[in-house]
Amino acid sequence: MIRVILPAHLRTLAHVEGEVQLEVEGRVTQRSVLDALEARYPMLQGTIRDHVTRERRPFLRFFACEEDFSLEPPDSPLPDEVAKGKEPFLIIGAIAGGNVGWCKGPKFSSGGWTSHRAAWGVGPLQH
Amino acid sequence: MSGVRVLVGTRKGAFILTADGKRQNWEVSGPFFTGWEIYHLKGSPADPNRIYASQSSGWFGQVIQRSSDGGKTWDTPGGGITMDGPMPKGESNKFVYDASPETGKPLTTHQFYDGTQKPWVFKRVWHLEPSLDDPDAVYAGVEDAALFRSTDGAHSWQELSGLRGHGTGPKWQPGAGGMCLHTVLIDPSNPQRIFVAISAAGAFRTDDGGKNWKPINRGLRSEFIPDQTAEVGHCVHRIALHGSRPNTLFMQKHWDVMRSDNAGDTWHEISGNLPTDFGFVIDVHAHEPETIYVVPIKNDSQHFPLDGKLRVYRSRTGGNEWEPLTKGLPQRDCYVNVLRDAMAVDSLDKCGVYFGTTGGQVYVSPDAGDNWTPIVRDLPGVLSVEVQTLS
Repeated sequence: MIRVILPAHLRTLAHVEGEVQLEVEGRVTQRSVLDALEARYPMLQGTIRDHVTRERRPFLRFFACEEDFSLEPPDSPLPDEVAKGKEPFLIIGAIAGGNVGWCKGPKFSSGGWTSHRAAWGVGPLQH
Repeated sequence: MSGVRVLVGTRKGAFILTADGKRQNWEVSGPFFTGWEIYHLKGSPADPNRIYASQSSGWFGQVIQRSSDGGKTWDTPGGGITMDGPMPKGESNKFVYDASPETGKPLTTHQFYDGTQKPWVFKRVWHLEPSLDDPDAVYAGVEDAALFRSTDGAHSWQELSGLRGHGTGPKWQPGAGGMCLHTVLIDPSNPQRIFVAISAAGAFRTDDGGKNWKPINRGLRSEFIPDQTAEVGHCVHRIALHGSRPNTLFMQKHWDVMRSDNAGDTWHEISGNLPTDFGFVIDVHAHEPETIYVVPIKNDSQHFPLDGKLRVYRSRTGGNEWEPLTKGLPQRDCYVNVLRDAMAVDSLDKCGVYFGTTGGQVYVSPDAGDNWTPIVRDLPGVLSVEVQTLS
């Protein structure tokens, strides 16, 4: 069982609380995890990856085991800890400000979030 | 008993304000879709309980929400959780420009701020315009500018690519807020005729339900573009019409308030005695087709009212002669803006006029503008206001 943690806005959209648990067939990769996630929660289609290109949306990042996998090829295997369900796969909304040099990625413990400094992106121009 | 339901889109969620026909005591519900930008909500004229909402985020993209019970509950059409049965497609937020050889047009480029050409990229839905007679049919005006239509209650969307692809697209360019299609008006006497407006391209009209389009910008003059009377390139902020006279259009342009009496074929200026003719909103009285409303804004670099005084201007003569409406509106230290989709009218016997501000106030006048009162004062910045008149 794969564990996925969604940003708060996407948990609300998907009507879930806490982490999501998914069955993933075959190799556990970004693509297979996101395919399974979108199949289970169709309302998330387009919110994490572009509908057509299937590329990660620019202001989202993927983390696991305190490492940033955002720029890894989508078919690369995720760590065994994720595949075995010991560690979650984290989808994070980027936060404006901060410094990329500080970033060690988000940490997750049984007590919840301890820190994260995913530090890219700015909001879009509106009106 | 008659009443009104005001649909308010803000930078951090949606709100629904309801009152009876007196429009004195208001109930506020929401926020819905907390934390998301709600560019627009609008109810179906054919079924007031059917409401569509555009929910948007720079992080998570576009979501379309739909209610079938007047806004009490919402769902993402076709996006329900899957346990058993056929797999929902989850395509209610899928807006893909139609570039198919059979039905579409080549996905050409448009002009960017620096004059270079850029390909069309979908960003968000600015405006949702439900069909006049079918609750499952709805149009979506989007950024980068294009018009989409759904005929299945927003489960899926198809571009009316004749607009983007009719030929002038490469000359379109974004306004300060992006290259958005923000106005969709359906002619109630002929639903095959639709008017749209794009910032900064201008106004366009179809007479065949969206297959073929033409620019309708003759008479507009824009000093900020190289050819001031060009066929396209004008920053139109808003268009309004009265259902009884669909050939008469009123326009708030970047600068200038304009009028057309031939369905947009030609325009003439009606700014008259306005203290400034820059602004975003324009609307028409529900029962008096020559009574129109604007909110003058100081200028294009200072988006707030002149002298810190929030004044709606009303013309009872179809333009040129304007009177300031101030009773109940702040007349000092007011520096809010009123965005292009943030004014609406109800159709009760005494026409109500509503507008929302970037400061989070929503004002109502239950007497056609003579007196104003805030319904709410402290919402997030208001992006859109629509009103449903309920019987």
